[in-house]
Amino acid sequence: MASVSVRHLWKEYGSHVVIENLNLEILDHEFVTIVGASGCGKTTFLRMLLGMESPTRGEFLIDGKPLPSEPGADRGIVFQRYSLFPHLTVMQNLLLALEFAGAPFSARLFGKAKREALEKAKSLLDAVGLYESRDRYPAQLSGGMQQRLSIAQSVIREPRILLLDEPFGALDPGITADMHQLILKLWAEHRMTIFMITHDLKESFELGTRVLVFDKVRHDPQAPERFGATVTYNLPLKPVRDPAPSAP
Amino acid sequence: MRRLINQKPGKGGALLLGALPFLLILAVYLFASDARLAANPDDKLLPSFASFGDAIQSYAFEEDPRSGEHLLWNDTFASLGRIAIALAASAAIGLVLGILIGVIPFVGASIGPVVAAISMIPPLAILPILFIVLGLGETAKITLIVVGVAPVIVRDLALRVAELPSEQMIKAQTLGASTWQIILRVVLPQAWPRLLDSLRLTLGSAWLFLIAAEAIASTEGLGYRIFLVRRYLAMDVILPYVVWITLLAFFMDWLLRRVRTLACPWADLGR
Repeated sequence: MASVSVRHLWKEYGSHVVIENLNLEILDHEFVTIVGASGCGKTTFLRMLLGMESPTRGEFLIDGKPLPSEPGADRGIVFQRYSLFPHLTVMQNLLLALEFAGAPFSARLFGKAKREALEKAKSLLDAVGLYESRDRYPAQLSGGMQQRLSIAQSVIREPRILLLDEPFGALDPGITADMHQLILKLWAEHRMTIFMITHDLKESFELGTRVLVFDKVRHDPQAPERFGATVTYNLPLKPVRDPAPSAP
Repeated sequence: MRRLINQKPGKGGALLLGALPFLLILAVYLFASDARLAANPDDKLLPSFASFGDAIQSYAFEEDPRSGEHLLWNDTFASLGRIAIALAASAAIGLVLGILIGVIPFVGASIGPVVAAISMIPPLAILPILFIVLGLGETAKITLIVVGVAPVIVRDLALRVAELPSEQMIKAQTLGASTWQIILRVVLPQAWPRLLDSLRLTLGSAWLFLIAAEAIASTEGLGYRIFLVRRYLAMDVILPYVVWITLLAFFMDWLLRRVRTLACPWADLGR
């Protein structure tokens, strides 16, 4: 649950302009899909939202407050891969987030707190259909199961914003439909604002309440890095309904 | 005919092929030893297996008339004690410094270069310094092994820790983890298997430094014994000792490998 405002945002690496003059107003509980060619600043934009990069100029506000300068529990992330912890089982991967929250020093829960955390993790595992696989390690799961676990892991702390960086890019097309159902269900239940980068135009129009297209407005063939990308199309598709829309 | 890279020996075949070089070495030794002993029964260079048996009997199963101890066991316990303490200390140093250097940029920037420099010092070159500063006792010998082994483990672990996917580190932060929690629950568990691998790889140099230190200043130990009996050309003692050291090193390697499989069952998945 968070609105995002971006005003006159520039991101430069030395003389290399990645994003130029980006302006955006994203409402609470929107599902924003981001498309665009490679190297058009989509990932840089996401990294700024995460707090891994800071804007060179301009404002980047979440709920009216400046963006924190490092990743935190209010913004969840699902990467394309590598974001599960290989040394923990499915259940332990989910519990970890709750253990971080509940035990600052030992990062482990015991007794009643542990039972409560297990209950919460179990219901989420049921929701993503991984309860039967709870004792397996990530390396023993298929790509689709790994992404479902990664999504569950990202929402268990109930972030206000969920960032998805091509989450289904490496999956078989057959699985993607199930994943769409899952993400829409979680979006409706947990009431977060979602930003999702995708290469799949169809997916972006199906899922999003708003599609952003990143592209370069100006282009200098002699110095391609002189001009950065910005949002060239900002298409509101569906009104942001309240209460939450049910999954199609 | 299939390509050579696709032809694999069966289980029995692999065993036989593995045993063959050992048998070959044994046969060559027996032949050479027989030939030399036939020419000169007092030859000490390649003793017969009977004299090995006598030496093992007197070193392992009879009390030494002077000290009243079983020399082989006494030497073994002394050497194993030193190497165990040194490896434990090196592992502890390696784990703590390796993780800190790999995870915390400020520690990496301040301690990384000095560890890299120390790891370039040939440990045997500072052995005299250790003997002068720490005396001729156990401390100097154990320190030599630690000086030789710990920097290698520190650097190896720091590299491995820095190689953990950045996605994992970011994910942990988005789950609300502090630096301490990330070290405890994300980095440390993934460092264990690498530490055990690192220890296995440094076993060879650990034994090298142990024997070097024992040869120079000691009153017991496997290295000490070998260099002591060298004065009498006692190949019948030296060779069994060398075989025994090799077996001990092999056993330690096997033990570390077992611990790795049992303690980190996830480490070899997905390869």
